Amino acid sequence: MEETIHITVEDQNGGIRQLEIPEGINLSLMEVLKASEYDILATCGGMALCATCHIEVLEGSENLDPLNDAELDMLDTLPDASDLSRLACQIRLNPTLDGLKIRVAGNN
Amino acid sequence: METQEHQVEGGRPIADSHITTDICIIGAGPVGLFAVFEAGLLKMRCHLIDALPQVGGQLSEIYPHKPIYDIPGYPSVNAQELVDNLMEQIKPFHPSFTLGERVEALERQDDGSYLVLGSDKTVIHAQVVVIAGGLGSFEPRRPDIPGLADFEGRGVSYMVKNPESYRDKRIVIAGGGDSALDWTVFLSDIAREVTLIHRSDNFRGAPDSAEKVFALASSGKIKLLLQSNLASVHGNGVLSQVGVMDKYKQEQRIETDALIPLFGLSPKLGPIADWGLNIDKSAIAVDTTDYSTGVTRIYAIGDINTYPGKLKLILCGFHEAALMAQSAFKYVHPAEKLSFKYTTVNGINAF
Repeated sequence: MEETIHITVEDQNGGIRQLEIPEGINLSLMEVLKASEYDILATCGGMALCATCHIEVLEGSENLDPLNDAELDMLDTLPDASDLSRLACQIRLNPTLDGLKIRVAGNN
Repeated sequence: METQEHQVEGGRPIADSHITTDICIIGAGPVGLFAVFEAGLLKMRCHLIDALPQVGGQLSEIYPHKPIYDIPGYPSVNAQELVDNLMEQIKPFHPSFTLGERVEALERQDDGSYLVLGSDKTVIHAQVVVIAGGLGSFEPRRPDIPGLADFEGRGVSYMVKNPESYRDKRIVIAGGGDSALDWTVFLSDIAREVTLIHRSDNFRGAPDSAEKVFALASSGKIKLLLQSNLASVHGNGVLSQVGVMDKYKQEQRIETDALIPLFGLSPKLGPIADWGLNIDKSAIAVDTTDYSTGVTRIYAIGDINTYPGKLKLILCGFHEAALMAQSAFKYVHPAEKLSFKYTTVNGINAF
């Protein structure tokens, strides 16, 4: 049976919405956020080269793959990165992400 | 830099900041560059203006070494190589360039032509304006600090244009990337006092630059504040202090003459939004018969435009450039009749 991945997203204005994403969808979190019309640029299209899909993971970070070098390098260029920061393009959707809570960072 | 060599070889030198051309192309990315070729086949001269200091747009700025797989005829081509090849391809048509300058405004003239006004006072007179602006102009990331904008040009700048202007001054640099490291090293010999602020406890930039910075810090030549963030700016009209927050959330004030936040570049739509064009979600709505914008003599091609079914692909931008040129011809050569010719039959007639 098809399961659903629930992700709670807080936008730049503090609005909170829960996204329901069918499992088995081959997308990154960045692509889901764009498709859901969140205000992110994602300039480079998902290569971890521009840092314009910056998010903060509020809950569930233990279920994410650790940051790789490319992602750390890009996050390091941001003025507003924190210990919670990730690039949404580097997070592949999979069932373990169910219950994830994130905040979309300012559009930079 | 390779692209700049091309520019000298392929471009006409620019004598002053008043330029007259047939088509002014805003944006020197791959689509803007290829538009020169399509325009050239129809004997239309082009001038390109771009906010970045080099041609190639995001290909050169963001991913020069990434392979692209969907350019017809190239199973794989590196982004910078594609840009270099486009520069070679358009050479016969001698385009000219204004680089490192953002377009601020378009002014329609009584005869229908346009003046394109740049941020550094360049004026380009053109019969047709083609916006090939991609995602907008690349601008420095500005940290979100209250009042920061008020000090821009009054102590705060986001790039180092003239290092000498910092001679014997006290400066604070914020950021941890290569440019923050390189400028810290370079300016440590010029400025009286250099403080570098970085949010983590190490640097991910080039290891030898990072080593130099640590060496300068341990010898006392610069002040290094790690695990710290820029928190506030102060001054009476002119910047005089910055507040820096450490990891324990304690803020200290540093006396300074200048603050240089270096957090890379990010594209912004910028003034394009104010030109009376039909903007839909940061893109310009166009008519797909010729990629015109609805404002006579202004076209939009490549990632900056939108229409039903739009795909942001370089190859789509190339197609759009070809159709745009056919349509723009009537404004540039109103007395001539346009006849379509293949390059295989006619060759490339340089001018």
